[in-house]
Amino acid sequence: MLNYNVVVIGGGPAGLAAAIEAKKNGVDNILVIERDRELGGILQQCIHNGFGLHEFKEELTGPEYAERFIVELRNMGIEYKLDTMVLDMNQNKTISAINSTDGFMNIQAKAIVLAMGCRERTRGAISIPGARPAGVFTAGTAQRFVNMEGYMVGKKVVILGSGDIGLIMARRMTLEGAQVQAVAELMPFSGGLTRNIVQCLDDYGIPLLLSHTITEIKGRDRVEGIVIAQVDEKFKPIPGTEKEFECDTLLLSVGLIPENELSVQAGVDMDRITSGPIVNEAMETNIEGVFACGNVVHVHDLVDFVTAESRRAGASAAKYVNNELKKEGTTLKTEGKNGVRYIVPQVVRPENIDKTLDLFMRVDNVYHNVEMVVKIDGKEVKRMKKRHVAPGEMESVKIKKEDLSCADGSKIEVYLEKEACLKKEVYLEKEGA
Amino acid sequence: MKKHELVCIVCPMGCRLDVIEEKEKYTVLGNKCPRGKDYGVKELTNPTRVVTSTVKIEGGLLNRIPVKTNGDIPKDKVFECMKLLDKIQLKAPVKAGDIVLKNIFNTGIDVVTSRSM
Repeated sequence: MLNYNVVVIGGGPAGLAAAIEAKKNGVDNILVIERDRELGGILQQCIHNGFGLHEFKEELTGPEYAERFIVELRNMGIEYKLDTMVLDMNQNKTISAINSTDGFMNIQAKAIVLAMGCRERTRGAISIPGARPAGVFTAGTAQRFVNMEGYMVGKKVVILGSGDIGLIMARRMTLEGAQVQAVAELMPFSGGLTRNIVQCLDDYGIPLLLSHTITEIKGRDRVEGIVIAQVDEKFKPIPGTEKEFECDTLLLSVGLIPENELSVQAGVDMDRITSGPIVNEAMETNIEGVFACGNVVHVHDLVDFVTAESRRAGASAAKYVNNELKKEGTTLKTEGKNGVRYIVPQVVRPENIDKTLDLFMRVDNVYHNVEMVVKIDGKEVKRMKKRHVAPGEMESVKIKKEDLSCADGSKIEVYLEKEACLKKEVYLEKEGA
Repeated sequence: MKKHELVCIVCPMGCRLDVIEEKEKYTVLGNKCPRGKDYGVKELTNPTRVVTSTVKIEGGLLNRIPVKTNGDIPKDKVFECMKLLDKIQLKAPVKAGDIVLKNIFNTGIDVVTSRSM
């Protein structure tokens, strides 16, 4: 049996930040377990710029952002194991893992940080009809092939889903000489950041078809064409609107799901909306001493937010190991309503808050000119005007510690209130110059 | 007077800009930071972009290494820049920030590696 104070599962941005922060908070004997051949996680394949604006006040590429943390981790002498797969963990915080040099390992941890990230939804998850020819990739897989392994995945491409990875791959494939025919999006708005629509689609004249979906994939051995149709409000294809695009490749950018097989097996309580663990203000799950951070908790749109959240998890894990995390006192619950789809953390113990509590949330639709209201125990504590909110852009709210002094079991509610009229609008309609 | 509606791409905030053009003078509205103002004017007069891509590398962990322009280059030179990158072959080890191509198109901008390998 190997013994560590803190074991971090996952060596991506979340795991790196958590491990470094745990060390900075006075804990030694930390292990990071990574299943890939190097640290850095998915950042290593995200070679585009735009990372680190909050964290470093400069625009870095994914590998650059990762390298800064990898170098810091190494300089601190934090131990890590690559090419290592965690097979199982349990409520006693015993982990079993395997790799080709150490063989099978049993590892006992005082605290565990879950930082396994997320994975892409595939063709199976959205049930596209038709044959199963070669040439259908998730956008992230294509990104890894093109940016790391050096393989081009196709010449004529159609993309389904307008998440950020799909948009960024539209530009990447175009730069590498492919012809991107169209990006189809089921919803009446894009799931990606608006700046990505501008610099990845508009720059290269790639059409974005909102309220459209794929009704057929043509081809037997290799994709030969894609049929795209418009959908009605119930997302049902409208007959007669079908258009065929000749192509050899289909990229799917249809959502990310937190990767929680290990967590569920160990008995971690999950949130049905985020598909991640239910966590408290310390990013601790229902299993004492098991923390979670990054995309394994909820899918973030900026890595800077992942880093901030993971630092909280790492610092909390250190506090837990040093017996400084407070369990007594009141416990509050958060609840998103009226347009607010979910809030992380779901549980708050004011005793552990230093100055302010940060709540992170996503809205369920595109809204213009609304007010975001925070109520604790029925009493309004905060109100913010929002010109524009969208599901693709995470919102956050800071609450002062003194506002949190209320009875055990109280609710912190966040919801949207209409200013003039709560209008669901299709954005991007009027944009583009 | 002409009004242009733009989305700022400088940072993930994605501010919605109104750029008012009057006798070759530009007024930017809606930006939350000074960089948005610069972007609004530049986008209408001389649009530029940062290019990120990969080049071949020998003897590294991978066959490709990511590179970027260390500043923005004219938008119409992006594909030309990609062509230059096609011809490059590096040898490991390299450090992040090593110069791959110096002063491309006389812009004063270099192409540099964006990771160590």
